[in-house]
Amino acid sequence: MATPDAPGPGGAAPNGAAKERPVHIEVRNLTMAFGSFVLIRNLNFKVHRGDIFIIMGGSGCGKTTLLRHLLGLKEPATGEIFYDDINFTAATPDQREAMLRRFGVMYQGGALWSSMTLAENVGLPLDEFTDLSPAEIREIASLKLALVGLKGFEDYYPSQISGGMQKRAGLARAMALDPEILFFDEPSAGLDPISSRLLDELILELRGSLGATLVVVTHELPSIFTIGNDCVLLDAESRTAIASGDPRELLAHSTDPRVRRFLTRGEARENPEKANG
Amino acid sequence: MSEIGNANAGGQSPGVAANHDHQVDLVRGDGGNVVVRISGAWRMRHGMPSAKSVEAALTSGAQPQRVSVDASGLQEWDSSLVSFLVGLDDLCHLRGITFDRAGLPAGLNRLIELAEAVPEKKDARAAGLRASLIERLGNVALLYGESSGKFIEFVGTVAVALTNFVRGRARFRRSDLLEVIQGCGANALGIVSLISYLVGVILAFMGAVQLQQFGAAIYVADLVGIGLVREMGAMMTGIIMSGRTGAAFAAQIGTMKVTQEIDALTTMGISPIEFLVNPRMVALFLMMPLLCLYADFIGILGGATVGVTMLGLSLRTYLHETATAVTMTALVGGLFKSTVYGILIGLAGCYQGFECGESSSAVGDAATAAVVTAIVMIVVSCGIFAVLFHILGI
Repeated sequence: MATPDAPGPGGAAPNGAAKERPVHIEVRNLTMAFGSFVLIRNLNFKVHRGDIFIIMGGSGCGKTTLLRHLLGLKEPATGEIFYDDINFTAATPDQREAMLRRFGVMYQGGALWSSMTLAENVGLPLDEFTDLSPAEIREIASLKLALVGLKGFEDYYPSQISGGMQKRAGLARAMALDPEILFFDEPSAGLDPISSRLLDELILELRGSLGATLVVVTHELPSIFTIGNDCVLLDAESRTAIASGDPRELLAHSTDPRVRRFLTRGEARENPEKANG
Repeated sequence: MSEIGNANAGGQSPGVAANHDHQVDLVRGDGGNVVVRISGAWRMRHGMPSAKSVEAALTSGAQPQRVSVDASGLQEWDSSLVSFLVGLDDLCHLRGITFDRAGLPAGLNRLIELAEAVPEKKDARAAGLRASLIERLGNVALLYGESSGKFIEFVGTVAVALTNFVRGRARFRRSDLLEVIQGCGANALGIVSLISYLVGVILAFMGAVQLQQFGAAIYVADLVGIGLVREMGAMMTGIIMSGRTGAAFAAQIGTMKVTQEIDALTTMGISPIEFLVNPRMVALFLMMPLLCLYADFIGILGGATVGVTMLGLSLRTYLHETATAVTMTALVGGLFKSTVYGILIGLAGCYQGFECGESSSAVGDAATAAVVTAIVMIVVSCGIFAVLFHILGI
């Protein structure tokens, strides 16, 4: 069996199953910088259609910044991002807007529009981008809220519900237009372990039923191993990706001490045999 | 063995350790060995010596090879002692002296190890260094240059978005527009009434004191009428609205930026300028002249109150005199100015909101900046209008 182990900076090692699926997102030679401070250089990876792709790494390594680049909220210093072989980085504003419409984003704190009820939050993209009547929009918004377990909360304002519920409502909004790619920024941050696991299960179920590609930024190891089937591990020290591939395989076979340290919470330093127990 | 120095904070004679006093004695032994004897109670509330105070004593004469600690007289300690010892350790390290901590209690030793476990990041402090006055002045100038460029860019973006609005192609929610109109229109009536009534009273009172001396009390009506309609009505409404609405716009948009609500709009393909700025600009554009007209009216009533009660004029005479003094041109000029002020308030508020940093204090700063920018722009444009109207003969 091939070991999809640390391929060194810039290398991408999709696992066996993923190779057969078409490439959905491709990042080529991406360098991210704040002014003259380079955060990550020469990043390359591919995300295949239907994958749950994890962007992971320690605090401050640029996970969220990478997500902002993928969403066009920040421009790359150099390099390009492709969606379905269409260059997102070089696209015109109109083209970009059209591409963005196929994305759904769940933000870290939910980022629900606080002046609108949950139904209005979920309904806004439908209102803007479809010709549905208000009654139909309301119906679809109710359905999306029901999918994330928030049936009956249509007329609540974001400030009236708990943080976990806000995140799920954010997910409902992200799914409003049946996106092809769903992005998650730290889905389990600030959630208790049980809510966090339930959210993971929800994510898995949605992937199964929607058939969307999921990109998840997280550093929660339980989530990474539960939901991820491909990943890229960013490292703040070397400012590159130090590993990619299936996170479970990385845990089993990687020999890079940095990768092992991250995936085992630093508990089993350089002893793969013991870690697998 | 000879005592070569001591440092104590209590001010007592060396060697006497009171219960609330901490003391450091340096004893020079043989073979370049110095013993730092720590005794007494080390409590932060009683002050703390710095390692620097020992430095002089330590380095006078031959440089010691090794510094060890004797903590047998130590009664109690807290972070003040840890800080002192870490300082001492750095000092020894810098001078190539061996620092022997074996004489310290175990807990203290572990804290020192913890404090020194991660080496200092050298460039982390550079950002905190104070720049020289000229450098700071230059930075401020560059910052102003940059932000005025950004502001002009913002004005351009808003102009494009408003064009889309006029064409009916802009994305926004009608209910948002109505809500903002209510917020900066109807809800502002109370404060506008109070302020403009008082401004009317003040103008009339000041005029009355002077004009009464010439027996020209009736001209108070002219003074108040023209003053309010041409200048003060628009100006006072503008200042009230920049404090009330401009600050609110900046805080709302700034908070939306902090909570990523703006990002959520952008990634959904909805322009935040069209969605958030358009309704606010349109609401102010529509409401400011109405508020100004209302302020003019209430202000004239304030003047009339003084005229009737203090000068013994009849209400009818006062209003008639006002009506002959105030021309249509003056009224329209005032309303036009108030519309311009409204646009300036909206631009300043929304711009500062979008420029807001990502913390709660940044939202406060954005609100402050919005009010200051708006008031400055209002007063400057008021001056420009005065000159323009004079040239145009209005």
